[in-house]
Amino acid sequence: MKKDLVVIGAGPAGLAAAISAYEEGIRDILIVERDNLLGGILNQCIHPGFGLFTFGEELTGPEYAARYIAKVKELGIEYMLDTMVMDITRDKVVTLSSGLKLEAGAIILAMGCRERPRGALNISGTRPSGIFTAGTAQRLMNIEGYMPGKEVVILGSGDIGLIMARRMTLEGAKVKMVVEIKEKSGGLARNIAQCLDDFNIPLLLNTTVTKIHGKDRVTGVTLSTGEYVSCDTILLSVGLIPENELSKKCGVRLEEGSNNIICSEDLMTDVDGVFCSGNVHHVHDLVDNVTKEAIKAGKSAAIYLRR
Amino acid sequence: MEKTYTCINCPLGCQVKAVISEGKVISLSGNTCEKGEKYVVKEVERPSRLVTSTVKVIGGRGPLVSVRTREEIPKEHIFDVMDEINKVVLKAPVGLGDVIIKDIFGTDVISTCEMEEK
Ligand code: SF4
Repeated sequence: MKKDLVVIGAGPAGLAAAISAYEEGIRDILIVERDNLLGGILNQCIHPGFGLFTFGEELTGPEYAARYIAKVKELGIEYMLDTMVMDITRDKVVTLSSGLKLEAGAIILAMGCRERPRGALNISGTRPSGIFTAGTAQRLMNIEGYMPGKEVVILGSGDIGLIMARRMTLEGAKVKMVVEIKEKSGGLARNIAQCLDDFNIPLLLNTTVTKIHGKDRVTGVTLSTGEYVSCDTILLSVGLIPENELSKKCGVRLEEGSNNIICSEDLMTDVDGVFCSGNVHHVHDLVDNVTKEAIKAGKSAAIYLRR
Repeated sequence: MEKTYTCINCPLGCQVKAVISEGKVISLSGNTCEKGEKYVVKEVERPSRLVTSTVKVIGGRGPLVSVRTREEIPKEHIFDVMDEINKVVLKAPVGLGDVIIKDIFGTDVISTCEMEEK
C-alpha cells in the first residue's frame, strides 16, 4: 500500500506534524501509534504547565493533547492505534506489526523519548522490587491506578521526578527527599518551588545513593554522605534519551552519547524524505517547543512531497 | 522582611525579591513580567494552587479519569480537596470538562480527559 506521509507516533509531535502537513495540502496521511489512544505521554502528565506559549493558558497534559486530537479527528486524518512500526527501510518502506507494508512518500519520526534506565546507574547492593523510573511510577499512578509505595526517596531531580514527588505526596506517601548528584537541579525552578518547597520535601544537592538495601523489597538507601534513609520505594529521575531504535534501522544518523538525531535546518534526517520532530530529535523542556518544531517538520515534509 | 520567591507562572521561573511588612508586599524586584508581581503579592497575601489528581471510574476504557480544580484554591486546603476527590467514584462515559465536584472552595473540580465506555 502507498501513503504520501506516514507519521510514527501520536504524541504531541506526531499530532501537530500531521495537522501541519494536512494544512499544507497533504491529504494522504497515516499516523501510527503503538498505544491504545492518541496523545502519547501527555495522557499521564495530569499536572498543569502545558500550553502557556501555544494557547496563552495553562493546561494539563490530557487537555493539551485533546486540542490536537480533536483537530486530527475534525480533519479526518487517518490513524492506527495498537500498532507498532517494526521496520523502516532507507527507501521508506514501513512495516507494521499487523504485517502491512507501506510505501511512504515521506516519513515523520515522532516517537518521543524514554527514560534512562537504572542499569545506567552504578549502585551497589541487591536489586529488590520497589525501584521505578519516575515515568513508570507516573503511569502506574495516573493511568493504571496503582500506588507504587508509601515511603519514597527520589534519585535525580529531573522534572518528572519533581512532579512525582508532589503527586505521591498528594496521594498520601511520605516523600523523604530528592537527591541530586550535581550541584544544581536539572528541573525547572517552578517545579522545585511548587512540587518540593510547597510540601517541605528537601532537595539534597551534590548527593547520591551509593547503596540500596532490602532483599525482596527496598528497605532503605545509603547516601554518599554516609546517612542511612529508610524507604520502600525509589524513583529514578536521571534524564531522558531520544527513542531512536527504529530510526537507526533506516540509517538515520545519531549523535553519539546524546542519541539526538543529526538533521538539516528543515528537520530532514540524513535519509532522503525522512523527517524528525519533538523529543525523538532531541529532548525538549517544553511541550510548546515540541509543537513548534512539529509544525515545521510537517511543513518541510509537505514541501518535499510537492516537489 | 525580605524574601525571595520563585515565580511559578511560566518556565522562566524568575527569582523575585519581595520586601514585606505586616503581611503586605512593599516592593518587588527580579520579575521579568507583571505576572510575577501578581504572583508574589498573591503568594504573600493568600497563596493558592491548582490541584490536579485522578478519580476512579467504573466501566471505562481505563480505571481513572484525570481531574483538576477549575481555578486555584487556597494552598492550605490542598489536602482537603484531595480528600474530597478521593471519595468520588464515577461511571463512564465522562466528558472532557465535566463537573466532578461542584462548588468546592469557590470553584469546581472538572475532568481533564474523556473517558469512553468500555
Ligand atoms: S515573572 Fe513573568 S517571566 Fe518571570 S517566571 Fe513569572 S511569569 Fe514568567
